[in-house]
Formats: sequence, C-alpha cells, structure tokens
Amino acid sequence: MKYLKTLMAGALAVVVSAPVALADWQPRKPVEFIIMAGTGGGADQIARLLQGLIEQKGLSSRPFIPINKPGGSGAEALRYMQDKAGDDHTVMMTLNSFYTTPIIQEDLGVDVTKFTPIGLMAMDTFLLWVHTDRDDITDLDSYVAAVKAAGLDWKVGGTGSGQEDSVLTAMMEAAFDYEVTYIPFPGGGTVAKNLIGKQIDSTVNNPSEQLAFYEAGDSKPLVQFTGERMAAFPDVPTARELGIDIEYYMQRSVNGPPGMSAEAVEFYTNLFQTLFDSAEWQEFCVSDGLTCDGMLNGADLAAFHASQVEAHKKLIAQVGAGAITGE
Amino acid sequence: MLDIATLLGAGLLQAFEPLNLMMIFIGCLAGLFIGAMPGLGSVNGVAILLPVTFLVPPTAAIIFLAALYYGAMYGGAVSSITLGIPGASTAVATVFDGRPMAQQGKADQALTAAAVASFIGGTISVILFTLFAPPLAVFALKFGPQEEFALMVLAFATFIGLGGDDIPKTIFSILLGLVMAAVGFDIISGQPRLIFFDFVELQRGIGFLVLAIGIYGIGEMLWTLENSKGEVKIHAVRSTWKSFRKNLSHIRDYLPTTALGSALGFFVGTLPAAGATPASLMSYGLAKTFAKDPDSFGKGNVSGVAAPEAANNAASTGSMLPMITLGIPGSPTTAILLGGMIIWGLRPGPLLFTDRPDFVWGLIGSMYVANFVTVALNLALIPLFVRVLAMPFTILTPIIFILCFVGVFATTDRMFDVWLMLILGLGGYLMRKLNYPVAPAVLAIVLGPLAERSLRQSLISSRGDVMTFFERPISLTCMLLALALMIYPIWLGIRRRRAGTTSGAE
Repeated sequence: MKYLKTLMAGALAVVVSAPVALADWQPRKPVEFIIMAGTGGGADQIARLLQGLIEQKGLSSRPFIPINKPGGSGAEALRYMQDKAGDDHTVMMTLNSFYTTPIIQEDLGVDVTKFTPIGLMAMDTFLLWVHTDRDDITDLDSYVAAVKAAGLDWKVGGTGSGQEDSVLTAMMEAAFDYEVTYIPFPGGGTVAKNLIGKQIDSTVNNPSEQLAFYEAGDSKPLVQFTGERMAAFPDVPTARELGIDIEYYMQRSVNGPPGMSAEAVEFYTNLFQTLFDSAEWQEFCVSDGLTCDGMLNGADLAAFHASQVEAHKKLIAQVGAGAITGE
Repeated sequence: MLDIATLLGAGLLQAFEPLNLMMIFIGCLAGLFIGAMPGLGSVNGVAILLPVTFLVPPTAAIIFLAALYYGAMYGGAVSSITLGIPGASTAVATVFDGRPMAQQGKADQALTAAAVASFIGGTISVILFTLFAPPLAVFALKFGPQEEFALMVLAFATFIGLGGDDIPKTIFSILLGLVMAAVGFDIISGQPRLIFFDFVELQRGIGFLVLAIGIYGIGEMLWTLENSKGEVKIHAVRSTWKSFRKNLSHIRDYLPTTALGSALGFFVGTLPAAGATPASLMSYGLAKTFAKDPDSFGKGNVSGVAAPEAANNAASTGSMLPMITLGIPGSPTTAILLGGMIIWGLRPGPLLFTDRPDFVWGLIGSMYVANFVTVALNLALIPLFVRVLAMPFTILTPIIFILCFVGVFATTDRMFDVWLMLILGLGGYLMRKLNYPVAPAVLAIVLGPLAERSLRQSLISSRGDVMTFFERPISLTCMLLALALMIYPIWLGIRRRRAGTTSGAE
C-alpha cells in the first residue's frame, strides 16, 4: 500500500506542477478526443501523437482520451458530436469524411458547418501504392494497363465507402475509364496491411500509413496526387506532371460539437496552436508528407469547411454517389 | 537460434534493471486494480497513465504500460468471479463458471485457477512470441477477409457444437445476439439500420459491455434472488496456507485446457482483427466441447475458468505482435500503446526489430518478468479479494447493482445505455428462466460485427462467389474444422445413445 501511496502522490505532484498554458477556462474533466476513423490510420496516428504531446508538454490540466468511432464511414462519430451539442469536453479529429459522409447520408441529420471549428493541423496527401513484387508495374501507364487487363478482378482497398479513399478511387475510375472492385476496411492501417499481404492489388494510402512498409521495401508509390512533389518522395511524379487532372488532399482538422462555449474554444484553439508550432509536430509533418503551412482557425477554418463542403458536393455530383459508395 | 538466445538474454537483463523492475511491479499492481473495477478497463487505465511514462525512457515506459495491460487481464477475472460482473469484455467467459464456483464457496479455488492459468497462458505465449515473431508476422499478413470470416465461423461452431445444451435454443440465442450486433450503422454503406422505435441513441449500436453487464450483473442476480427466495448465502471463504496449497494441487485438472487455451489465445491474438475477447470465448467453447464432462460447464467447472483466462492473457501478448511488426494494433489497448510509441519516436513496422532491438527485446524480456510478478501479486491478494464474499448478501446485492449502473455509465457516459442495460438484464433473466443459454448471445454480439465485415469484404472481393471461402487453404482448413466441430457433438450424442441402447439390451 505504501508503494501505491507514493505512486499516487507522485502522479498528483506531476499533475499539479505541470506547466499549464495561461487561460481562464480549463477542462474540468477528461476531454474525449474522438477520431472518426479506425485504429492505425492517418487520423488515428495524428490524434494519438497530439494526445501524447498534450500530456508531455502539460498543456491541459485534464487528460485527452482518444476514442475511435469509425462506424458508418464516420457517421457514428458525426452523430455522436451532434448529440454532444453544447459540450465543452469533446473534440474531434476529422478527415474528409467530415464533408462526404453527411452529403451521402442525408438522413443523418448532421450539418458540419454548424460544428465548432478549432484548428486545421495539416493537409495530408495521397499516393498510389502497389506491392513491390508487382514487377510489371513501374509507372502510371503500366498500372493503368494492368488494371484494364484485370477488369473487375482488380481490387482496390480503402477506408469506408464514401470516404476520401473511395472518392479518389472514383476520380481515377473516371479519369482512366476503367472500373475496379473497391473493398472498404475499417482504417488506413488495415488497408496498408492488406496490400502487403496481397489481399488487395492497390491502395491510395496516406504516406504515414505506408511509410513503415515503404522503408522496409514492401510497397512502392507510383504517383502522388499533390500540386508539387513532396520532399519525402522526390522521385515520384505528380499526377499533374503526367497530364492527369487530379489533385486531392485530406484535411486534418480538430473541431468541437455545435455550440461550444467561447471560453472553451479559446482554450482549445490556443492549445492546438501551441502543438502546431511545436518542433515535434513540424518534424512529423516533414517525415510524413503533410503540408503544415500555418494553422487555420476560427472564421477562416469555418470558411474553409464551407468551401470544402461545396467542392465535395460538386465532386460527388460529378462522379455520382453510387460510384463512391459502390452501390 | 543462438541469436535469439543472446538477444533475449540482453532483454531479460534490461528487464531486471531497477527502474524497469519497479515499472513492472507498479504497472502490474495498478493494472490488477484497474482490471478488477467494472467499467474501468485496461484501455482507460493505459490512456490515463500514459503521461506518467514521459518521465522515464521509452523502454521503461512501454514496459510499464505493457505490465499494466497484463495486470488488467488478471484483474478482470477478479470481478468476474467475486461479483459475477465481467470487469472487462475479455473476462466475460470467466463469469460462466467463475460465478457458480463463488456461489459454491470455491471462490479462492477459482481465483487461484485464474491466476495460474493466466500465468501459464502469458508464459507460453511470450515463449511463442520470442521464437516465432517474425514468421508469425508473415503469417498474419496471409490473413485476408476470407480467413477472418472462416475463423469467426470456427468461433461460432465452438459454441453451437456444445454437447448437452439444447441446440435449437443455442442457435436462437446466437441469432438474437447477431440481431443486436447489427443495430447501428451499416458497416459498408454507412446507413443507419435496425433503429428500433426510432431511438437516435441506437445509432451508436448496442455496446458489448451494456449487454454483458445487463445479462450477468442484473439478469443473473434477479434469477439468483428468485431461486433462493432471498435466502442466498454466498459462502464466505477462509483463505489459509493449507487451502492455498490444496488449490494449487488442482492444476492437474485444468492443465490440458490451459495449454490448449494458451496456444489458441496467442494465435488468435496475433491476428490483427480479433483480440482477446474472441480468443477467450473460443477457448471456453473448445474446453467444453472436448471435456469428459461437458454438462458440468457453466455450473462451476474449474476448467471453465482456466481456459478463458489462459487465452485472454496469451492473446494480450499475441496482440503486441501485429502492433510491433505491422504497426496495426490487435486490440484497443495496444492502439494506445502504439500512440505512445509514436511519441517516443519509434515507428512500429517491419524494421523495428532490426532498428531498435534494445526496445523490442527489452519489452519481450519484461513480459517474462511481468508474468511472474503478476501471478505472485495475484496469489498474495486472493485472501483480500475473497473478503468481498464475506459480506452479507443483503449488502452485497445492492452493491453489485450499483456497480452495474456505474460501470455502464462510466464506459458510455449516457443514461440511455443504463436503461438499455436494465431492459437487457430483464431480457436475460427471462431467457434464463425459459432455459435459453445466454452465453451464445454474448458471443454473437462480440463476433457479429467482425464476422459481418469480413463476410461482406470477401463477397465484394469475389463478386458474390461463396466458393472463395473454400478455395484458399487457410480459410478452407478453418471451415472444415468448424464443420467437424459442429458434427462432433451430434456424432457423440448418437454414439452415446447407441451405447445406451446396447447396454440396455444386455
């Protein structure tokens, strides 16, 4: 018992002495850090890194507890946040399904422009990946040829239907005039593993999801869907260089439920700004191919969300919701 | 081989460094109590204590968190046995026989069996981990959706095939569980489905702990109250050195099921999709199917405690494997450990074993040591745990009810789930009264979502061709085993009946 007491006293001392950012409002209980995707994926890795940095730097008097709610392509998480309206102790790490899922599932009753914007941490990027053993595929042309030869036997793995992976896959189907079989998995990490295990033929994983396998020589990127080549992948051409008009990013922003109090918004905005400016976060951005040029917040982020919702509405109308959900 | 021995030796040495040893001890102790509290599982424990680990080097930090995870696995059994409420999803199968044993006044024996089986499970599993980690990582990659589904069918088969139970009633119970598992969002299209009475809250699905606590905490309690006409006396147990030695001597009875459960648990744990809960349920099902006296399961058979406990500890070690080698956590708890590793600057993946052998082998070494520490702590604390049962029933019952409410509210933070738990508890009580087995429903709600996802992924990938499950070697093997498991009890029944008629004729 004495040990336990010492431990508790020690833990208490840590909590009390932790340098806390000066702000009037402080969380009064643990903060739920919702992740609208499964474990091991890009959003999950980022949220867990941020959570760790919050604890390490003592930015919050109460811990942030990451909770994955991947159900229904993020619908579960969105509904959860909607039901938490007015709550000051819940924030969510979002991805593009933040926009697409409410558009595709109209009866969900969620309007994300009503959510409380906190901070845009990064824009994540997409690459086209195949297994290294595919010697026949060396560039985009040979990839397209292989897919066309395989037809519907070509299996593309990605996150939930209606999520960004399926949007990008549908864009590629439209651009190259082929059709593939799209298999949804619960998170980007599982998608990556299934590519390495050859359960699927290609993926559009984010860099952070494939990096460990790429470094081990198990997978290779063919194209990057960015405006310019990333520092982490200097030898991989962009789609635009190859004359394909696809440029697609994934937003990684933190948002609160609708109607969060102004004091809490200020606290969280300051907290994530501190994280954004930290050396650890900026290093992670470089190594994982994220674009982190400055954190959008408040009205700027709200405007960004509104424009992204419109852009995704157009995109979905263009390729058809059916092409994305596979129905 | 020599390589492994050298690396392991270095890892063990590292685990014995004073700081690391202290981390193991504190982690195990904290985990034990966290696991024993209903509603406070290893996930919360690891998440809350993660910040503490920033004060020490990464290896000591992961050792601490892994020890906590371990301790919580042991601790889950404590509330399953003494209170009859599963402390965590991984300890549900331990309730099946642990609770009847406590009611018969054999709580100390059940707790000893749980501790010893956990120790054996953990140790066998860490040995397998040491010897076969890299090849097993390759094997885990071969597991696609088809294999996952076949494994789930195998898990269901272990439960349908239980001899002695009424098979139609078992199937009904499984189907009921599957319907409840389907409530919420469709996992492929994302549309809401089976939202009964348009309760928005149901969109989040029926939580597994809500069902398990409802059925075991409320339902079973009501049934006991009714059956005993209020005069239940849970036998207080006096734990002495003599009874302790006697309890240890029972090891022979459950050693075979424990060994089987350990290997099974480790294997299932290494698969990224599954985790410790299915492993413990499968292990229980197998132990019952192949027991000489399957009828005594569910009524206080010590093997029914040992089998799931061996498996859940083995699986918790196993689930470290996909985390380290593939960067994919095998369970919610390892997902948080993964987050820790990223912060410490370690990128899990195929290269971690070669890039940071000090870290990986330090962790493996600590698993050996943590097993010894936990079993010792656990056995030493049994006299304290059985004290709970010395309370008069009139006091213990309200406490259990309150723990059920608090446990559910603490995990989901919604009053709706508390009401849902009460309704499910009443349902469980009715099922129990009508002689329907409730365990298969619990199994179905755990495995249902996993099975559905993998089934639909497989069928999308084969474009609707069911033969895809029989064309792949691993999946085919699982399917055939499942078939054999379903036929085995029927065949056994026929043989018994035939033996019965011949002996009757003589």
